[in-house]
Amino acid sequence: MAKIKNKKPLAATIDIVPKDSSDPWVYSPIIKDHFFHPRNLVLKAEDVKNYDGLGMIGSPACGDMMKVWIKVDKKTDKIKKMKWQTFGCGSAISATSMLSVMVSEKGGLPIDDALKIKAQDITERLGGLPVRKIHCSVLGDKALRSAINNYFHKSGQKHRIIEESKRIIDKVARVTDHDIEEAVLEGARTLEEVQKKTKVGIGNPSVLPEVEQLIRFYSEKYFG
Amino acid sequence: MAKNIYLDYASTTPADKRVVAAMAPYWDKYYGNPSSLYRLGLKSQQAIANSRHAIAKIINCQPEEIVFTGGGTESINLAIKGSVLAKKEKIHIITSMIEHPAVLNACSRLNSLGHELSFLPVDQYGLINLKDIQAAIQDNTALLSIIMANNEIGTIEPIAEIGAYLAKLNKQREKQDLSKIYFHSDACQAAGLLPIDVQKLHVDMLTINGGKIYGPKGIGLLYIKKGTLITPLIDGGGQENNRRSGTENVPAIVGLAKALELADKEKNKEAKRLAGLRDWLIKEISQKIDKTILNGHPEKRLPNNVNISIMDIEGEALLLYLDEIGIQASTGSACTSNSLEPSHVIRALGCPYEMAHGSLRLTLGKYTRKEDLKYLMKHLPVIVKKLRQVSPVKVNLKKVKESIAKAERKIIKV
Repeated sequence: MAKIKNKKPLAATIDIVPKDSSDPWVYSPIIKDHFFHPRNLVLKAEDVKNYDGLGMIGSPACGDMMKVWIKVDKKTDKIKKMKWQTFGCGSAISATSMLSVMVSEKGGLPIDDALKIKAQDITERLGGLPVRKIHCSVLGDKALRSAINNYFHKSGQKHRIIEESKRIIDKVARVTDHDIEEAVLEGARTLEEVQKKTKVGIGNPSVLPEVEQLIRFYSEKYFG
Repeated sequence: MAKNIYLDYASTTPADKRVVAAMAPYWDKYYGNPSSLYRLGLKSQQAIANSRHAIAKIINCQPEEIVFTGGGTESINLAIKGSVLAKKEKIHIITSMIEHPAVLNACSRLNSLGHELSFLPVDQYGLINLKDIQAAIQDNTALLSIIMANNEIGTIEPIAEIGAYLAKLNKQREKQDLSKIYFHSDACQAAGLLPIDVQKLHVDMLTINGGKIYGPKGIGLLYIKKGTLITPLIDGGGQENNRRSGTENVPAIVGLAKALELADKEKNKEAKRLAGLRDWLIKEISQKIDKTILNGHPEKRLPNNVNISIMDIEGEALLLYLDEIGIQASTGSACTSNSLEPSHVIRALGCPYEMAHGSLRLTLGKYTRKEDLKYLMKHLPVIVKKLRQVSPVKVNLKKVKESIAKAERKIIKV
């Protein structure tokens, strides 16, 4: 009887057992690289000096928070450097790192172009993100715009400041995040107080967790 | 060789080799359908009967009080939906805010069908207060479901005490012609580590799952006390005494019985060993990493559970770093859940969102050795330091602790 050579375990001969022996990783290789080797990262915020614009967005309560510093070449109106810090998941950290590369590569990006960067552009450069992770990269471009606005403000170019578009939180009551921000600025601190002013979530309780997060975020932002 | 240190035993356990060996003949040697009358079928029938007997002895019930199901989630659904659907009228259900999603969502489903539902709060250690149960009970209350030991934070609930109270209360209610309140406990996490005696616990129903006690996945059991009315959720050939149809999963049933038998024999010694490792790890983390808070109860805690919130960092990023050095762990961060909501359990403790985002769960098991934890502790402080450097967040620990102490804790009725 012929000897059977290289006897494979039964499972290995079945199609459903993955043949690829390399370990899978939850995100793309580009994200992995930026996650473990973040570019333009700020290690100590107090060491950052001589920046032209500072932007901050998100809150630890939401799970993501980003802080962005930019250095601008005033003659060419180009962003020369972007430095950052991020509290967030792997894709949030990688997205900010990639954004910092996108605005500072090839001699810097003109501010008008930087303002046009969308979350999708960052996602594309990262080699794609799982759908439920897209919101992690949304914050990066918002943080950058907030830093650019801050630069406009500081450099006396107030006419260039762009207001972030409003976001509808409660479709039923037609309440936006700006309405909630306004309510908090007017002194409302609890859900009940904000509801008195805005009617948010009344008859649409599914939005309440988000409203509560926004109240916390704006309270922290303005009243720490 | 690259390190591989599994510290996620609460998520699922590897099958014990002795379990795999016990199951082996039932795949292709004794493969008969237990409902068939020839000897090959009877062999399977016998294996199920033996398994049922063995388990009944371990959890102290009658064999016919055990129903085999397709897992913990199915057992929970059968207990909750099955007992409520057996009622003609709309009833009231009580559960806690720290249950497994299977319990929460099964209860919510019934709520959407018109049954009333109350959620009990927990204290800052995750303990349910008997007084809250007393306050929540209504004339039409018919079911209470409480987790025996929490899967995320490991807090062990006073099931025996609650059960004894309900048993007494039910006698009074019978005189008043009020419905009996059935008591179900989800013991998926507890079964492998704590003594399970359904008489001492005074439960009417109890859920156990194979995949968390070194048994096979896809098998669970529901203990249903004699006299408890249950409407089956899966109709068919009437297997499992008409409570769960479908040809029995014989190898898995044998595996579940073997796993429980091994747990019963070994858990006293193993629980002691794990508790020692757990306490060492908790102490080590709190000494080597500043700004941390232990989630869960300091003593009334599963011997294998460590759950710690590390301020200023986010859990998913931490897990990715740990994975890179071969350590598998878990977090309550929203980023790892499909709902993008942070852990409801850690939130229920009164913790702010950021604490849930930064929570790290390390659950130990049979194959965890002290040197594994030493390896973890060699790297964890370094990773935390690195992620804190990346993070712009600087949480005030004192304020966080104050807000936990001040958090509102009330029964929520929907």
